[in-house]
Amino acid sequence: MRVGVITFPGTLDDVDAQRAVRYADGEAVPLWHGDHDLKGVDAVIVPGGFSYGDYLRCGAIARFAPVMQEVIEAANKGMPVLGICNGFQVLAEAHLLPGALTRNHKLHFVCRDQWLKVENTSTAWTTRYDEGAEILVPLKSGEGGYQADEDTLKELEDNGRVVFRYVGDNPNGSRNNIAGITNARGNVVGLMPHPEHAIDALTGPTDDGLGMFLSLLDTVVKA
Amino acid sequence: MARVVVDVMPKPEILDPQGQAVANALPRLGFDGVTAVRQGKHFELEVADDVDDATLAKIAETFLANPVIEDWTVRRVEA
Repeated sequence: MRVGVITFPGTLDDVDAQRAVRYADGEAVPLWHGDHDLKGVDAVIVPGGFSYGDYLRCGAIARFAPVMQEVIEAANKGMPVLGICNGFQVLAEAHLLPGALTRNHKLHFVCRDQWLKVENTSTAWTTRYDEGAEILVPLKSGEGGYQADEDTLKELEDNGRVVFRYVGDNPNGSRNNIAGITNARGNVVGLMPHPEHAIDALTGPTDDGLGMFLSLLDTVVKA
Repeated sequence: MARVVVDVMPKPEILDPQGQAVANALPRLGFDGVTAVRQGKHFELEVADDVDDATLAKIAETFLANPVIEDWTVRRVEA
């Protein structure tokens, strides 16, 4: 399994995302924002950070990077794509996922270990979880409030496209406590919390996040 | 050359915590009577004369604003 991990100027979590891929017995392939091809990878992770300094809006400039044009095309053909934190913001700006991420409702940057409920276990990235399972992974973001219009929210809720939901206090004002969503096909997933920081109890709160990368392994092997 | 102003504002139904924080600060600073504040963005573009309105509209809609959460206006002004 070869998984591309994109680095934009300002990306922070590419190294941990690459490590998570290796923990799932995959080969991590670094992709640069200026690349015009995906180097034959089976899947792509858009990691967290502050691409282009979060100028204009989070993800708004990264969405037009050359490598993202390749990612958009591949995702629309069914390639598994995961956006974590800033990566989720990039995928929303790129219209691969509906809605937008906005400033946390209480304005504070939130950095804490966060319980999430797994609600969709049929996406390319979540088959290793039990439906309804609760997992503990870090959340660290200042603009994680998920916003979408009523029609979009209904579409997401009615079709099981809410993949992760915050358990307990809503950390950022996200509509319906939404932490992560998928596209209609289930190959593109975005979430604000960081599964790649929770793959080994030695370096994270749990290893609950590793399931996302093992799920991808199953998806790629089956394909 | 022409000057073009693009104003981008959060949609009315979108929570604007930054605007609220500004509004909440005003009474503490001794300024009474301001009942609400919404915070947006103001862009000033210097554009060549052959850039048409359709192009300006596209710049605003696809890049300067996010139509999911923001409204925008485009106007040409005297430089």
